[in-house]
Amino acid sequence: MKENTPLERLYNGVIKENPTFVLMLGMCPTLAVTTSAVNGVGMGLSTCAVLMMSNLIISILRKFIPERVRMPAYIVVVASFVTVVELLMQAYVRSVYTSLGLYIPLIVVNCIILGRAESYAGKNPPLASFFDGLGMGLGFTLALTVIGALRELLGTGEIFGFRIMPESFEPVSIMIMAPGAFFVLAILTALQNRFKAPSATNRSDKFCSGSCSGCMQKNCGFRERSDEE
Amino acid sequence: MNFLSTLFLGIISAALVNNVVLSRFLGLCPFLGVSKKTSTALGMGTAVIAVITLSSAITYLIDHFILHEKLVYLRTIVFILIIAALVQSVEIILKKKIPSLYKALGVYLPLITTNCAVLGVAIDSAQKNYTFSETMIYSIGTAVGFLIAIVLMAGIRERIEHNDIPESFKGMPIVLVTAGLMAIAFYGFKGTIS
Repeated sequence: MKENTPLERLYNGVIKENPTFVLMLGMCPTLAVTTSAVNGVGMGLSTCAVLMMSNLIISILRKFIPERVRMPAYIVVVASFVTVVELLMQAYVRSVYTSLGLYIPLIVVNCIILGRAESYAGKNPPLASFFDGLGMGLGFTLALTVIGALRELLGTGEIFGFRIMPESFEPVSIMIMAPGAFFVLAILTALQNRFKAPSATNRSDKFCSGSCSGCMQKNCGFRERSDEE
Repeated sequence: MNFLSTLFLGIISAALVNNVVLSRFLGLCPFLGVSKKTSTALGMGTAVIAVITLSSAITYLIDHFILHEKLVYLRTIVFILIIAALVQSVEIILKKKIPSLYKALGVYLPLITTNCAVLGVAIDSAQKNYTFSETMIYSIGTAVGFLIAIVLMAGIRERIEHNDIPESFKGMPIVLVTAGLMAIAFYGFKGTIS
């Protein structure tokens, strides 16, 4: 597939470099809001909207933003779109807004967004960047929905509120509580290791150490600064 | 006595009962990324305490006197910029004035800007309309909770490193399982404060 075409970007974001399953970025919202499939969809789509718009704007402005102050500039762009999304959600999807609560403003510090701004949108033309954001956002939404559905199924026997398991199924309620999030993700990464699926956890050379801090050191300019000293 | 008991209860509740990492999932990235050794975990934890305490004091004042009611929608933008600027200036000041402390904490400081616990605490206490003292108790308690969690995690990781772990669970999966078990253990604190 040709590089940097809209379709290639979508494929890259959803499958090849899926932010959750492959890059292991943005773990905080992934674990925190996936208590049900609906929450996963809500969080995923709001992140997707922010990612698309911020990638687009950052890409348009990439020739005007001076190299040295690019991080603060990116943060302002991202934070503005997060505020827009937050206000829109507060007005139109009140129930999702209340259940996601604090995690909506925290989209600002989601490493996927700054990571894409730094590694893609700051270097590529607007259209490709927009679709990169869309692809990554959809990949994130997909991952959050799958994890949310899994936890909801095990924890309550339902998916999207519809009963799936037979009546005799005893819900494993720990799966929708905090520890369950860790266990689901542990099993997921273990499976990836087992089948040697590409993931940040078993290919540390290409991606980060499986955490934002490792990723930031490599991608987001902090490394350069510490090298100067 | 009354003040002391609120202080004590507040810190216990923020640090243990609603532990920032294990029950609210804030600051997971450094928790998973910088917990390989107890010494670095301790450094990270201390730096987080310093930054959270400072930043919530400043964001409280700004929120209370400048944003106050009319400009509340600017919270997210203003807070993240304050935190980023604060972290940067703390780094510069430490480097000039206290080089020994800078050597110990300096490397962790840039990583703290995107630690969602810092922004999370600031926004959470602003949304809940906490008073200044409540904000401080809440933020210090949260930061101490982060320190406890990350140091415990580093201690456990040092122990399990040389153990016989199933091949597929090596690396991140076993860390996540450990975190899950720690979260279960921290559920035990839920009953301590009613």
